Amino acid sequence: MLKVQNLSISFVTRIGVNKAVDNVSFSVEPGKITAIIGESGSGKSVACCSLLGLIPSPPGIIENGRALFDGIDLLKLSEAQLQKIRGSDIAMVFQDPMTCLNPYMTIGDQLTESLRYHQKARRKEARQRAVELLQEVGIREPASTIDDYPHQFSGGMRQRVMIAMALINEPKLLIADEPTTALDVTIQSQILQLLADIQKQRNIGILFISHDLAVIADIADQIIVMQEGKVVETGTRSDIFHNPQHLYTRKLLAAIPTDCKQATLPKSEPLIEIRDLCTWFQRDKAPLKAVDGVSFDIYRGEVLGLVGESGSGKSTIGRSILRLVNVTRGQVIFDGLNITALGPRELKKLRSRMQFIFQDPFASLNPRMTVYETLAEPLLLHGIEDRSTVSTSVLRLMDNVGLARSFARKYPHEFSGGQRQRIAIGRALATRPEFVVADEPVSALDVTIQAQILTLMQELGREYGLTMLFISHDLAVVRQLADRIVVLQAGKVVEQASSVNLFSQPQTTYTRQLLQSIPGRGLLKSKIAHD
Amino acid sequence: MWRFIGFRMLQAIPVLLVVITVTFFLIRLAPGGPFDSEKAVIPEVQAALEAQYRLNLTLFQQYASYLGDLSHGNLGPSFKYPGRSVNELIAAGFPVTAELAFYALLVALVIGGIAGVVASLKPNSVQDYIPMSVAMIGICMPSLLLGPILILIFGIYLDWLPVSGWNDSPGDKILPAVTLGSAYAAYIARLSRAGMLEVMSQDYIRTARAKGLPEWQVISRHALRGGMIPVIAFLGPAFAGLLSGSFVVETIFQIPGLGRFYVQAAFNRDYTMILGSTIFLATLIVFFNLLSDIVAAWMNPRLRDKLRAP
Amino acid sequence: MTAPTISDLAQTEQGTSLWQDAWLRLRRNRLALIGLIILILFIFIAAATPWIAPYGYAQQNLELGASPPSAAHWLGTDIFGRDLLTQIMFGGRISLAVGFIATAVALLIGITWGAVAGYMGGRLDAAMMRLVDIIYALPFMIFIILLMVIFGRNMLLLFLAIGAVEWLTMARIMRSQVQSLRQQEFVEAAVSLGLPTVTIIRRHLIPNALGPIIVYTTLTVPSVMLLEAFLSFLGLGVQPPETSWGLLISYGAESMEEYPWLLFFPGLALTLTLFSLNFLGDGLRDALDVRSAKD
Repeated sequence: MLKVQNLSISFVTRIGVNKAVDNVSFSVEPGKITAIIGESGSGKSVACCSLLGLIPSPPGIIENGRALFDGIDLLKLSEAQLQKIRGSDIAMVFQDPMTCLNPYMTIGDQLTESLRYHQKARRKEARQRAVELLQEVGIREPASTIDDYPHQFSGGMRQRVMIAMALINEPKLLIADEPTTALDVTIQSQILQLLADIQKQRNIGILFISHDLAVIADIADQIIVMQEGKVVETGTRSDIFHNPQHLYTRKLLAAIPTDCKQATLPKSEPLIEIRDLCTWFQRDKAPLKAVDGVSFDIYRGEVLGLVGESGSGKSTIGRSILRLVNVTRGQVIFDGLNITALGPRELKKLRSRMQFIFQDPFASLNPRMTVYETLAEPLLLHGIEDRSTVSTSVLRLMDNVGLARSFARKYPHEFSGGQRQRIAIGRALATRPEFVVADEPVSALDVTIQAQILTLMQELGREYGLTMLFISHDLAVVRQLADRIVVLQAGKVVEQASSVNLFSQPQTTYTRQLLQSIPGRGLLKSKIAHD
Repeated sequence: MWRFIGFRMLQAIPVLLVVITVTFFLIRLAPGGPFDSEKAVIPEVQAALEAQYRLNLTLFQQYASYLGDLSHGNLGPSFKYPGRSVNELIAAGFPVTAELAFYALLVALVIGGIAGVVASLKPNSVQDYIPMSVAMIGICMPSLLLGPILILIFGIYLDWLPVSGWNDSPGDKILPAVTLGSAYAAYIARLSRAGMLEVMSQDYIRTARAKGLPEWQVISRHALRGGMIPVIAFLGPAFAGLLSGSFVVETIFQIPGLGRFYVQAAFNRDYTMILGSTIFLATLIVFFNLLSDIVAAWMNPRLRDKLRAP
Repeated sequence: MTAPTISDLAQTEQGTSLWQDAWLRLRRNRLALIGLIILILFIFIAAATPWIAPYGYAQQNLELGASPPSAAHWLGTDIFGRDLLTQIMFGGRISLAVGFIATAVALLIGITWGAVAGYMGGRLDAAMMRLVDIIYALPFMIFIILLMVIFGRNMLLLFLAIGAVEWLTMARIMRSQVQSLRQQEFVEAAVSLGLPTVTIIRRHLIPNALGPIIVYTTLTVPSVMLLEAFLSFLGLGVQPPETSWGLLISYGAESMEEYPWLLFFPGLALTLTLFSLNFLGDGLRDALDVRSAKD
């Protein structure tokens, strides 16, 4: 029903012409889910948004191509004609449900306005229809919540509202642009299920855009792989997963973490003992109990995975251990020393022995310091090197984290996300710490970069003999790295076990639910079966 | 909501008390008494005058009795206009100033708002550059310069409009209102442009477009509300600025408003008048700040919820 | 084919810092650049006025009276036959001085107040900002007029009074800067490295908070100059024998029908300066915006 042929789009800016989409052709069949896969900058979103005239122009220019939808070339339509198609025949669902709903309007008004505009529906009918749809996408008590504002809904619920909004005019094609990327895993699997159900019930076509092959592994019929503006491979799901042709497709597949670290734990004593840790934040009324009575040990030389959804308190635990936030109650004992009771001087001495790697490589580096200054700072501070020898050390450190030495005097904004994360890792390892907290170190990165950074961390961990607390929302990533895993929910420990045991014999319902939500679970199973 | 309003009202009370107290004592600190200019006043007359204005009491007693009067809304007698109370003078001047400020605000909101929104719709085009250049002129051309220039052009060279007075001849309100309002029109144009640009880059605008709404509905239904919040929040400070700006404009156009009285009182050292009008204007300004805060908060559903929460 | 091994920093390529980036962007902004040049020129003239002014400040020529611009008096003369160019140059000294000194006062108080409140947080922050809110609600313009009425038209008082109004916004900006920076991961990283607080503030906070402060300072100067002009126009600011652009405009307005140049040229001087500062401020805002550097 949709046939895109030879589509080329350029962005013309002062710096130059950037060919975002280069001679791209694909088609979407009715009654099927077609997925476009690619990393950031692959042009997947631009290509799809351009079909509905939703790319900013200027700077965006559609240079070439056709997009036939039921025989009409969308790219030749006037703005007024496109408006008739947008939201009625073709609807869209976007990535971040937090920002995609208008905070100043009730969801009812937002749901009904396109029905009222396209079909000239009466207020009452439109409202009735909206309530039915909200019911269908799983919003509880839609008759009353329809008059609420977006901020009164959770992220998952908002995405359901977005989906209802897209469906209200019974579109033939639904374009979903990374609809689950901003959501927690359990919510993600619910939304994926919802999309699959809707597609079956209504027999519509869905064009699903994603950066993550695993996400669409269970639902896509057709898969299109894009890289740097070009389509590199097209095929059915089983073609792509079991018989990938293009090198890049194979790289993407290889980047899906499927291995499980086999427990090879030599018996060792705990390096860190956490006892009844409570970190509460002062709020207007009741305190926010981010971490509420957590106890576990981290053994010398192990990688301990800390897993939980947003709001589970996993980051706060990491920050509490390093005393980056004030602990309300409890003890963190590091190598016999109670960190929570240390004075500033003793704490400073300890700081060189434990470090933090942050999630967002764009925020974790001082934008006004060069790589050299960033890496030299800890070395000089802790007296590991003096001014005369520090540059040699910094250059060696850059080798270790895989950065070209010639970059030493460049600033963070001159690097890509992956390179920045390498700088941040270098800074954390500069003092040769024994213990590192890595807080979602790869979740802001593209999948192939993610794999590179994970490999680097594994290698460096071995080389430096690190003990690591690896915090992540992504169980698949964690199990690749961690010896043992602690599962958190709402500030409390739900379960802890070795990686192998946690995956083979989860003890609690919450863990089981988490495991079932891992995207591409079928894929994992088949791969494990293969091995 | 009411709690919030009540809370803010309560906050306004200490502010006003500070204003009253500081003004009262500052004026007593001033060198020279109000009757110093009249030379060689007979001691009995002097004493009678002092008794009339309660100057024979101790400072604290004066303050207490002033507060007492104030609680009945009585601002006391004027020093310079015997037999007239400050209340009467304010009642004579304020309606004129209020009318002037109202027209100026109207000019500022309508012209500024429209210019800003129009400019934001096509950033970096002629449609943006022209209104924004005019706005820049508005900001850099203070009323004390704009007023005389407008008088020169429209009043004297072209002879289209009267150059002074208020309600004396038709059209005599146009130049003062434009002079007073232009700088605020310029600010509002810049604010609303920035606000609209900010909102138009939000994801929910893309959602609205993806629904197939025509552009004018996207703007009127989805963008305007969020884009105008900074403008609403600015109205409180703008009103305060308009009131003090009216001092200059009333002087230029010889308008018998409160601003002109105030400046005259300042020169005449008519202390009760200064004190009274300062308190009066401060109360107004505090009230309008409160009002614009509440309206701006009310326009944001998220804040509104917080206000509503018990 | 491998690149020669780098063993020394000097062999590496020099990166472009955000400051350099900003300067490049500012240089491309023609209006801002013109503003900067005019401003530097005006400041230079103001500083050199006693030596380069064509006539003496108090030099009168009653026979000449008010005369339009001529070869001897480029901008004409006022009713006492005083050279207008000289008057404007001396007035500019005062106007610019008020603008910059009062802004400096505001900057000093505002930055300290805001930085302390933002860095300390908690109750102290709440109390400090509460105070700012309260002072904010005061009708300040009226207070300045009051002060000028009561204490005479004293220049020092003028600086202090204007500075006292403008520091409030400065404090708010600084506080929000410090607060948002404190939550940035690179500041957390500095804490976890064990850097002393002073170093964190000096090396990680201040350089990153500087951009908005520079921009806002540039935009505060014109509003301060406006305030001065406003007060002088009402006769409550600068007093003869001193003069300022506001005062010259006020004199010019009195006789503008007969001698329009007496209004026009001082007005032009003030407007040009305000334009320059505003364009420079806008240009700096665009140039220093760290977010746009990412794209």
